[in-house]
Amino acid sequence: MNRFLLPAGLFGLLVVLLFVGIQRSSQKGIIPSALLGKPGPEFRLPSLDGSADFESASMRGRWHLLNVWGTWCPQCRVEHDMLLEIARSGEIAIIGLNWKDEDVLAQRWLAELGDPYDAVPVDRDGQVAVEWGVYGAPETFLIDDQGIVRHRHVGAMTPEVWAREFLSRMPTRQGAPDEPVLVPVPGAAVEG
Amino acid sequence: MIPELGHFMLVLALAAAVAQAFFGIAGPALGRQAWIDVTRSAVIAQFVLVSLSLAALVYAFVQNDFSVEYVAANSNTALPVGYRIAAVWGAHEGSLLLWAWIMVAWTLAVALLSRNLPPEFAARVLGVLGLIAIGFLLFTLATSNPFARLDPAAPDGRDLNPLLQDPALAMHPPLLYAGYVGLSVAFAFACAAMIEGRLDAAWARWARPWTTVAWALLTVGIALGSWWAYYELGWGGYWFWDPVENASFMPWLVATALIHSLAVTEKRGLFKSWTLLLAILGFSLSLLGTFLVRSGVLVSVHSFAADPTRGLFILAFLVIIIGGALALYAWRAPLLRSEAGFELTARESFLLFNNILLMVAAAAVFAGTMAPLISDALGLGTLSVGRQYYDPVFLLPTLPLLAFAAVGLHSGWKKGRLGQRKREILGTLVLGVLIALALVFGAWEGAKVLTPVGFALGAWLMLSAFVDPIDRWRRKLALPPAILGMALAHASLGVFVISITAVESYTLERDLALGIGESGKLGGFEYRLVGLEGKEGPNYDALRGEIIVTEGGRQVAVLHPEKRNYWIQQQQMTEAGIDMHWTRDIFAALGEDLGAGRWSVRAQVRPLINYVWLAALLMAIGGIIAACDRRYRKGDEEVP
Repeated sequence: MNRFLLPAGLFGLLVVLLFVGIQRSSQKGIIPSALLGKPGPEFRLPSLDGSADFESASMRGRWHLLNVWGTWCPQCRVEHDMLLEIARSGEIAIIGLNWKDEDVLAQRWLAELGDPYDAVPVDRDGQVAVEWGVYGAPETFLIDDQGIVRHRHVGAMTPEVWAREFLSRMPTRQGAPDEPVLVPVPGAAVEG
Repeated sequence: MIPELGHFMLVLALAAAVAQAFFGIAGPALGRQAWIDVTRSAVIAQFVLVSLSLAALVYAFVQNDFSVEYVAANSNTALPVGYRIAAVWGAHEGSLLLWAWIMVAWTLAVALLSRNLPPEFAARVLGVLGLIAIGFLLFTLATSNPFARLDPAAPDGRDLNPLLQDPALAMHPPLLYAGYVGLSVAFAFACAAMIEGRLDAAWARWARPWTTVAWALLTVGIALGSWWAYYELGWGGYWFWDPVENASFMPWLVATALIHSLAVTEKRGLFKSWTLLLAILGFSLSLLGTFLVRSGVLVSVHSFAADPTRGLFILAFLVIIIGGALALYAWRAPLLRSEAGFELTARESFLLFNNILLMVAAAAVFAGTMAPLISDALGLGTLSVGRQYYDPVFLLPTLPLLAFAAVGLHSGWKKGRLGQRKREILGTLVLGVLIALALVFGAWEGAKVLTPVGFALGAWLMLSAFVDPIDRWRRKLALPPAILGMALAHASLGVFVISITAVESYTLERDLALGIGESGKLGGFEYRLVGLEGKEGPNYDALRGEIIVTEGGRQVAVLHPEKRNYWIQQQQMTEAGIDMHWTRDIFAALGEDLGAGRWSVRAQVRPLINYVWLAALLMAIGGIIAACDRRYRKGDEEVP
């Protein structure tokens, strides 16, 4: 084979790869999740703080966010303040699925940046994330009181996303009505 | 009205670019002198039109015209005017327009400064640049029009991303683009040479200064981004192997290989097809970097709004431009044979080794950046690649690279004559090792295995860089800018290596939990949180801490880290408090409110860290000095 053809050949392979990459990245926006409207897969994982194992069944009876994160993920740092904000508002409980991470780093992260999570199950080998169809961190699922997946967002949580995609899908708040409205984004549908 | 005019100018600019590409390529092919002559005019027209278009967008920002969607999304009345201008390239659409403008500015420079090139050749170069410009203008007009209107107009804008409200970051994209796009000149030179089927020393001499200047701008652009991440993100490091950082670093590695390969092609008529390939690769990687950032294929801190349509468009563009150039390469490069030979110890050998090692390093970074994509495409699940991979894999080729560079600086062209230079080579090596030992045992505590190696290589390189200039000065020979610039750039690389070694070996870092009046220890330093106060900026409010740092009871620094809350985007930002000193930085960033009046404080002391960026700047200055050598612009005189 002509060695001068080699670069063009390699480039051809790269183009195929990038094409597949685009197809996949467009899917993550359009197909929210195969789980939508169905109960999320059950799991039981050790907790980051060393307390009793976390069982997904314990999420029944209350609405939850399942947030997939890792200390190796830059966007997770970006969304962290927003998660803290949500946790502070008390509107919903947040479960932080710590994905393919190291316990020490994760504990340090939470100690340092603040801990928005009600529980942190540790998914070290990524098995649970695979069952949930996680595309990449950060990713957030909205789960209702029956354990049904109501929504999934891929990418960082922002005030806009929170108001547009999550608050609008949640039931009217039962909490104190005099709490400040969380996100004043014009045009966003906010119930409550 | 002004935005519509801006849009219209952009459409006209596309027409000018089409004319430039057509006449530039068809003119020489068909031997039509008039077509060749008109190419330059098309360039000037395109420059004027794109400039007016950019000016229209700047005007819309300065005037707070929130009936323009892009302005409404990225500016605000409370935003200071300087940042309103920087907001022009604060998001995707405006960045593209800026890119197009820089592209045509480079093209204009080539058109005006190429009068000593054969007219056919110059026309072909401009023609290829015109093709690239068509791609960018089409992309802007078809998928990313910055002048699109918002009806009804927004009462106020959603503000510029607070991450970007910083002087260094305002300058980071223009410089980076200038470097990326500058590599298109080398790319166009390579394509023109392949079309002509002729590549000689004169060709390499024309291509060299352009490539060197592009490389220098890329260097400064990357360094600015790195410096910004250090003080603004609150992480405290200089490099994170983020996919987008890698996207700018790969073209830099290839461009570095290219400037060295070009030197060999010019001086000795060797490595011709290799030089061509590097010239193609350098710009191709710049385009690929843009693709990765803009298409949303890779997720990173830099993520622009991901849009698969844009991704497909850039991919098609990549196929045409890069695929076309590589096909041309497969067809024409076999014709360009190198004839001369050289000894194993000659400068050519060292430059060849270094080229190979630089490409290995670039390939390693490339593999790490693409691995998540490959794994995902093959259905193997999401993979994340971090510094556990990059640090060792990158050091493997770069440590021998530094040693080769140090020896290579002593070698001569064609014949190495290393035997005659034994004294200088060993002398600088011994001195370098002594400096390393002095640093390891004298300056800081807690060296790692590679610490003395890094110091010794850096010092050896630094000393070796000056051997030739000092020798020339002793023998009362002229010291041309090309030699001076080269010495400065290589010495700066030595400084760079020493500073990175120091940072990687001796950084102290710890996260403290401090209440007001409390203090915590970091090595021999003590951080005391003295107070916290509220502060208000033009479009944010902030909490400003005062931290007094003492070493052995003596006060060494007062730091003022801030945590800012930007009102409109509801985003929190950290502004690190940093005390700069010529031997070290003392750093503090405010973390989270831990409750009960205590705050987490990220405390770090990093020795020599500022030399990382200073060295990069000096490297770039060295490049500029070398590119300014008058002999590149004159006839047949020898350029070292």
